[in-house]
Amino acid sequence: MHAPAKTRPRARWVADVAQPVGALAIFVALWELMCRVFHVPAYLVPTPSAIFTDTAQLAGPVLMHTLATSETVLLGFAASAVISLPLAVLITSSPLIANAVYPLLVLTQSIPKVALAPILVVIFGSNELPRVVVTFLVAFFPLVLSIAAGITAVPPELIELGRACKASRWRELWRIRLPYAVPFVFSGLKAAITLSVVGAVVGEFVNADRGLGYLIVTSTAFFKVPLAWGALVLLSLMGIVLFQAVVIVERVFFPWAIDVDKQTL
Amino acid sequence: MIVLEHVAKTFVSRGGEEVAALADASLQARRNEFVCLVGPSGCGKSTLLRLVAGLVAPTAGTISIAGSAVTEPRADTGIVFQAPTLLPWATVLDNVLFPLDMMGRLDAAGRARALDLLALVGLTGFEGKYPRELSGGMQQRAGICRALVHEPDILLMDEPFGALDALTREELTIEVMRIWRERPKTILFVTHSIPEAVLLADRVVVMSARPGRVAEIVEVNLPRPRDFDMEARREFQQATHRIRELIFGARHARAG
Repeated sequence: MHAPAKTRPRARWVADVAQPVGALAIFVALWELMCRVFHVPAYLVPTPSAIFTDTAQLAGPVLMHTLATSETVLLGFAASAVISLPLAVLITSSPLIANAVYPLLVLTQSIPKVALAPILVVIFGSNELPRVVVTFLVAFFPLVLSIAAGITAVPPELIELGRACKASRWRELWRIRLPYAVPFVFSGLKAAITLSVVGAVVGEFVNADRGLGYLIVTSTAFFKVPLAWGALVLLSLMGIVLFQAVVIVERVFFPWAIDVDKQTL
Repeated sequence: MIVLEHVAKTFVSRGGEEVAALADASLQARRNEFVCLVGPSGCGKSTLLRLVAGLVAPTAGTISIAGSAVTEPRADTGIVFQAPTLLPWATVLDNVLFPLDMMGRLDAAGRARALDLLALVGLTGFEGKYPRELSGGMQQRAGICRALVHEPDILLMDEPFGALDALTREELTIEVMRIWRERPKTILFVTHSIPEAVLLADRVVVMSARPGRVAEIVEVNLPRPRDFDMEARREFQQATHRIRELIFGARHARAG
């Protein structure tokens, strides 16, 4: 039996929020101090204040780039989720299909996405689609694996119970296997959302006319290094916000899954 | 009620080897009889239960319930597993109703029956709770309700108290006898505990391992209702002694 340590709300707030934020503030302050004391040139490592002011000066365009990347991330993530679920169901439906499909999936993972991206641009044209496809290819694999793991992790007794009730395979999937896989689906979604940000930037490096990845490429080319760092910070923030959004969706709609998470994952 | 004639079950392992889980088991259980199956690990007790449940098909021999051969799962059997395996996303009431839902037989009468059963096992007030909010013993009580909700004539229990602590185990043993008295059923109960088997059963089927078969059937001549104080009685000790003898051989039984 696991009894969570009873800590007062105030003490928990200090541990959860105040300590990490404090540590981050100290880190940023030290960074600023080091750069100034040792006169580090801005094109090598800019000061946090320079990163902030240079990025804030271009707030309008930076916002546009951020939204463009968000769009690619979310489209790629949505594609991963929509395609991974039926794919995982298919793989787990029979050993024959699993043997046929798994090697193909592994093959898609062994292709370097950066190398594939220019070819995708040739195929799909110079638009949003190749970026979304790259994002999808980077993000979907761990999601398929964790959903498949969830579908097959159902206790055999529950499957026997379903069979004893003469439930159809469809009903068994829909009422036992898929609900049981929910905590696994969410751990896969958390990996996928983080990877989607990586995928979107890879896509933008290869072909884009906007987006934070594009901003990094163009600003470093013109030695606007603080702006590139600003884009980097925004990408990290985007990753954190989207990850937390997945966590919140799980907490709100599947509160029971959090406990299962702690016990089995 | 339940008749097994020369039933054998052989599984094929991953390596392609044949493993005999059960060889030539014959057994009869009368209507509303309480039959316990004891024996060492690997004697095919759980396999025997799954054969009766229609979840696996025998390699040889026949199994029939009320005169008709068992070829697939039947609506008149209910199963309780070692682990409660409740659905973590469903409330206690929905868990109990789950078999009816899977059979497509969910109705008001079923709900009323589920609430009745929860009252019978002392879980009134917990209908809306989730399994994680219940103790292991309470989860298994809910598991028993789930097995009874479609009013089966036969209850198959596969080491239902195996995962519980000793005190909860005694409590639930008494509880199962009370439920059986109030809702008579034919019960096949698999256990590793010899005293538990003797206390519960009208007859104890002692099995031996590798390959699994019925060694002997021991009649228990204790009056009902029974409780744990009966462990001191001579009939109780005779029965447990005889079962130990069958399982461990004569010398060990005398020493124990």
